[in-house]
Amino acid sequence: MNNIDKELLASVADLHSTPLGSYNIRKNGESVERNSTKDIEIISKKDKSGIDVIVKSGVKNKSVHIPVIITVGNLTDLVYNDFYIGEDADVLIVAGCGIHNPTGEESRHDGIHTFHLEKNSKVRYIEKHLGTGVGGKILNPITKILMEENSEFEMDTVQLGGVTYSKRDTEALLKENTKLIIKEKILTTDTQEAITNFNVTLEGKNSHVQVISRSVAKGKSKQSFTSNIIGKAECFGHVECDGILLDNAQIVSIPKIDALCPEASLVHEAAIGKIAGEQLIKLMSLGLTREEAENLIIKGYLS
Amino acid sequence: MLELKNVTYKIRDEKTNTDKTVLKDISISFPDNKLTVITGQNGSGKSTLIKLIMGIISPTSGEIFYNGKNITNLSLNERVSLGLTIAFQQPVRFKGLTVKNLLDVASEKSNKVSDACEYLSKVGLCAKNYLNRELDGTLSGGELKRIELAISLAKGGEVFLFDEPEAGIDLWSFDSLIDIFKSLKDKTVIIVSHQEKILENADYLLLIENDGYKMGSKEEVYSSLKKEPLCRKLGGANE
Repeated sequence: MNNIDKELLASVADLHSTPLGSYNIRKNGESVERNSTKDIEIISKKDKSGIDVIVKSGVKNKSVHIPVIITVGNLTDLVYNDFYIGEDADVLIVAGCGIHNPTGEESRHDGIHTFHLEKNSKVRYIEKHLGTGVGGKILNPITKILMEENSEFEMDTVQLGGVTYSKRDTEALLKENTKLIIKEKILTTDTQEAITNFNVTLEGKNSHVQVISRSVAKGKSKQSFTSNIIGKAECFGHVECDGILLDNAQIVSIPKIDALCPEASLVHEAAIGKIAGEQLIKLMSLGLTREEAENLIIKGYLS
Repeated sequence: MLELKNVTYKIRDEKTNTDKTVLKDISISFPDNKLTVITGQNGSGKSTLIKLIMGIISPTSGEIFYNGKNITNLSLNERVSLGLTIAFQQPVRFKGLTVKNLLDVASEKSNKVSDACEYLSKVGLCAKNYLNRELDGTLSGGELKRIELAISLAKGGEVFLFDEPEAGIDLWSFDSLIDIFKSLKDKTVIIVSHQEKILENADYLLLIENDGYKMGSKEEVYSSLKKEPLCRKLGGANE
């Protein structure tokens, strides 16, 4: 591990040393370090690139780190990771991808993650994206979440700059008494583009989904947020999309809520605009300059 | 001393394409280290006057002086650095920023619970419960109003401008609110208010009416107010 590797791992997975418990570190398209434990087993796939992460039933308060780093240009890394979360398990999964591209040619990582949550299981999933270096950095994560009865999944995705292009597709199927919370934070600058699509089907009675997206677009960057929440039972869905626009950036929010059951309660809220003048005036009245006020508002908003 | 000389403020009515005069030819001095309450009917221009003093808006004509210096063209930031501090009528909500964030900015230090207690307890809030709360829709209007006051106290300064500080604050907290103003006795305090209890604690009153204004000691202006029912004079606000 060189310094760039260490910096990327610290940024995307909060890893400052060898993590406790299970982990798999993937670098430039290959698994370079791994620790598989009896509670959380990590096995390489035989038919394609990727791993199976198997969390045994009843395992609680354990974590697994599976960061990906890319430090070269002209690389396309496609990986399939499957997570099998046993009944009653309660785990933290930290993923994330950092690309440092020192060359003029693009590097790309497409991570296809599928989560299979058994009954009563609980997962907190954190995924950070970061790009540094001069070359193009492309990330196209696909996340599929299949939730059995009484399971809970909380997903935090953060992409705070440096990624030239990203397209995130997230799909979820929720059975009875399940709860899915997705929090997304995105910052784009220059000519970057970020696209996110959420497709959630609330199939079981008393299933809940909450999608909270906060984004800031600067420069000439573009963002697109699309959500499609389908309520097939007595369920609750709430989507909140807030965007701050600066300079000549663009944010598009496309809501779709589809209630196929009269007992489904689905809400979509979206607000896009520049920083409110009254917020700037308030902070300036406390002594901040306009620029300092803008930076504090954005920092808080994306924190 | 804070002085306004012939200050007029007009706004453009886009529908009729005419100018509407909000404040007309106001010349007043706010005595140092005294509490002046600005009162008057809704829409008479009280909040506008506060914004003009703070530099959030600029007068159409006239000048503003502070300690003999013409500050008419100074920015909001420049007036803050001279010691002018404002608590707004409608506190601003921030997604992602906490009470601590704003207290830290105001006091220019990182506040622990014990530090924040100094400001928040004055407005009847427990720092432990509020320091890390976000200034968003999860706080009630009354809570936000109290926090707004606490932040202005943390900011400190020489001239405090409070725009309707009582709005949204429950009546049984009124005495504490009055105590805050009394604790600023070595500062110049200017409050926009309709509340009789606050008016009673003023040293000076500025009554703004649609056809003019009257500035004087509390006794002078208050006696003229008492000649007519307050509700009539203040547009029903004290009914």
